[in-house]
Amino acid sequence: MSADLHTWWGFIRRLATDDAYERYLEHHRQHHPERPALDRRAFYLSEQQRKWTGVQRCC
Amino acid sequence: MRKVLWALVALIGAFAGGGIALQRGETINAMWIVVAAVCVYALGYRFYGAWVAARVLTVDSTRVTPAIRLNNGRDFVPTHKWIVFGHHFAAIAGPGPLIGPTLAAQFGYLPGTLWILVGAVLGGCVQDMTILFLSTRRNGRSLGQMAKEELGPIGGYAAMIGTLVIMIILIAVLGLVVVNAMRHSPWATSTVFATIPIAILIGLYLKNIRPGRVLEASIIGVALLLLAVGGGGWVDSHPAVRTMFDWDGPALAWFVIGYGFIAAVLPVWLLLAPRDYLSTFLKLGTVLLLAVAVVVMSPELKMPAVTQFVDGTGPIFGGKLFPFVFITIACGAISGFHALVSSGTTPKLISNESDVRLIGYGSMMLESGVAIMAMIAATLLDPGVFFAINSAPGVVGATAEAAVETISSWGFPVTVEQMNSLAAAMGESTLFARTGGAPSLAVGMASIFSSLFGQSMLALWYHFAIMFEAVFILTTLDAGTRVGRFMLQDFLGHAWKPMGETSWYPSVLISSALVVAGWGYFLYIGVVDPNGGINILWPLFGISNQLLAGIALCVATGILVKQGKLRFAWVTGAPLAWLAIVTTTATWEKVVSPDVRVGFLAAADQLAQKLADGALPAAQVAVAPQLIFNQRLDAVLAIILTVILWIVILDTARVCWRVVKGLPVPPTSEAPATLVTETR
Repeated sequence: MSADLHTWWGFIRRLATDDAYERYLEHHRQHHPERPALDRRAFYLSEQQRKWTGVQRCC
Repeated sequence: MRKVLWALVALIGAFAGGGIALQRGETINAMWIVVAAVCVYALGYRFYGAWVAARVLTVDSTRVTPAIRLNNGRDFVPTHKWIVFGHHFAAIAGPGPLIGPTLAAQFGYLPGTLWILVGAVLGGCVQDMTILFLSTRRNGRSLGQMAKEELGPIGGYAAMIGTLVIMIILIAVLGLVVVNAMRHSPWATSTVFATIPIAILIGLYLKNIRPGRVLEASIIGVALLLLAVGGGGWVDSHPAVRTMFDWDGPALAWFVIGYGFIAAVLPVWLLLAPRDYLSTFLKLGTVLLLAVAVVVMSPELKMPAVTQFVDGTGPIFGGKLFPFVFITIACGAISGFHALVSSGTTPKLISNESDVRLIGYGSMMLESGVAIMAMIAATLLDPGVFFAINSAPGVVGATAEAAVETISSWGFPVTVEQMNSLAAAMGESTLFARTGGAPSLAVGMASIFSSLFGQSMLALWYHFAIMFEAVFILTTLDAGTRVGRFMLQDFLGHAWKPMGETSWYPSVLISSALVVAGWGYFLYIGVVDPNGGINILWPLFGISNQLLAGIALCVATGILVKQGKLRFAWVTGAPLAWLAIVTTTATWEKVVSPDVRVGFLAAADQLAQKLADGALPAAQVAVAPQLIFNQRLDAVLAIILTVILWIVILDTARVCWRVVKGLPVPPTSEAPATLVTETR
């Protein structure tokens, strides 16, 4: 039961991009361990900048 | 066993469809439509969608997608298919599928519903899935880049111009919808105003207080938005405060224009991004709630299946059933705009090619389902009430008495008392001539929700629905202005280098101002037009959206033929042919029709004649020259759009001809295949 809830919670967090920073850190650790990672705030700001540079929303 | 199940689905669908067709009573239950729609979608997804994916596109689940090959933890990220489905659906579903069906309900519930179902299953879903797939095979290239690389520079430029024009018209018409919902409504106006500081607050929270905690910030924001809806009721009941928010149309138009400019030049984290989180939350929640409410309440539809307005005399917009129902309902059936989202963002998230059916075909099916619900919400109202809300004063008469008399004379009885008591129940001073579709949809949604949760909350539900529509219309407005700005900067950068730098502030200000001036002009004219503006702008929006769909289908057809799949070219070629016929006929009628409610030029000439004869009331004399110029400009714009479509079609035909003749064509831009086994 609690495992199910945990899966659902993870799914919702992923859908809302709530876990974006944790996933970024994970990716960073694996692929670029030599470079320092962005902090939470800098990552959030750069993600927003990237996200809203193309067509994101429709009619 | 499987076969029996699908035969059963087909049987139920046929039964529900037959039930709708044979319906001869006064009303019909919405469940017939819901069941028929679900069966059509299920069959379309299981059989046609699967066939197109497997045989036409030849989806290859062993081929490595760009999300895996180019994984950078940012935009290229292999993602679970249901997560991508959610993101893609949230991106494609905007206010379009809610408004189009509401306007098209003037023809009755049947024509619009049929087009939404058939158009989606054979057109829109196929377009979205095909473009998504082609872009995935090309490392997430945009539609414009694909058009340029696969067809040639002409296709590329056409896609670029088409995108810019659709953006301008779309924002203008959506702005007009919001203005009409807020006009002289202190409750709606104060609630919509309140969404701006709420979004900024959430933006600051997400940047400074708890960076990136999207879920908790969204929950706080949505709670504040609900409070704002309640607060609007207090504003409305307070005699002194309410006058502060009692604005007329032009004032609100200037507000939206100013807001659009500021939102476009502010950093995205401050207003655009937080507003988008809130609107996505609201959108998914409300769509879900509406679906549950429609199924649980299964309301009776009071609108006839087909009304007399199929002859072209409709009060909401002029023009016959063909081609105008197909222009009015773009989003929900086939929407070219989706091709922009399907190429670009979404393909970079796909972890396996076999997911494109769920994400491309499936998301569009769900959007089509939203359009069906909007159709139900519009047609469950008394037809007299529906027409009283949606008809402009220039069409049915300026006073309440004149309007009810005109509408009742069509065979849709309605009284002034009925409209007044409905307006009072919704917390509005009047519901007459609230054109644009949002208010009548809000009345429909409020009726469904309140029958589920209790009648006492009608006014709250109405203003919740208005706030919900306004929030994501304003999101589209912000995001669209920004995209328009980037395109313009790219364009101006060719003329003078510094203008092309997206973060150089003078360039940001100038290009944003130009984009806002573009849509602001159409919005302002639409607001001062006594015929409501929607009548002019919505068909123009429909034509430009179908133009974009036409370009997308051209790219798809061209690529299929280049791959030697000429025998499957009809899969995208047939919807393309249909759109070409519809768009061209609609443009022809909008330009040359002698009916002043249809033809731009006829309307301009008639108004010019009246102005010359001194037959106009004083209030209209001042704006008449602008209206005349605007109608002529609209005619030119419609012609340009259709000419662009035909240029791309002919260019595609040229490429296809060369393929058939064995002559050289631009090489495929598909990324070379890597198989899953090679990367392990």
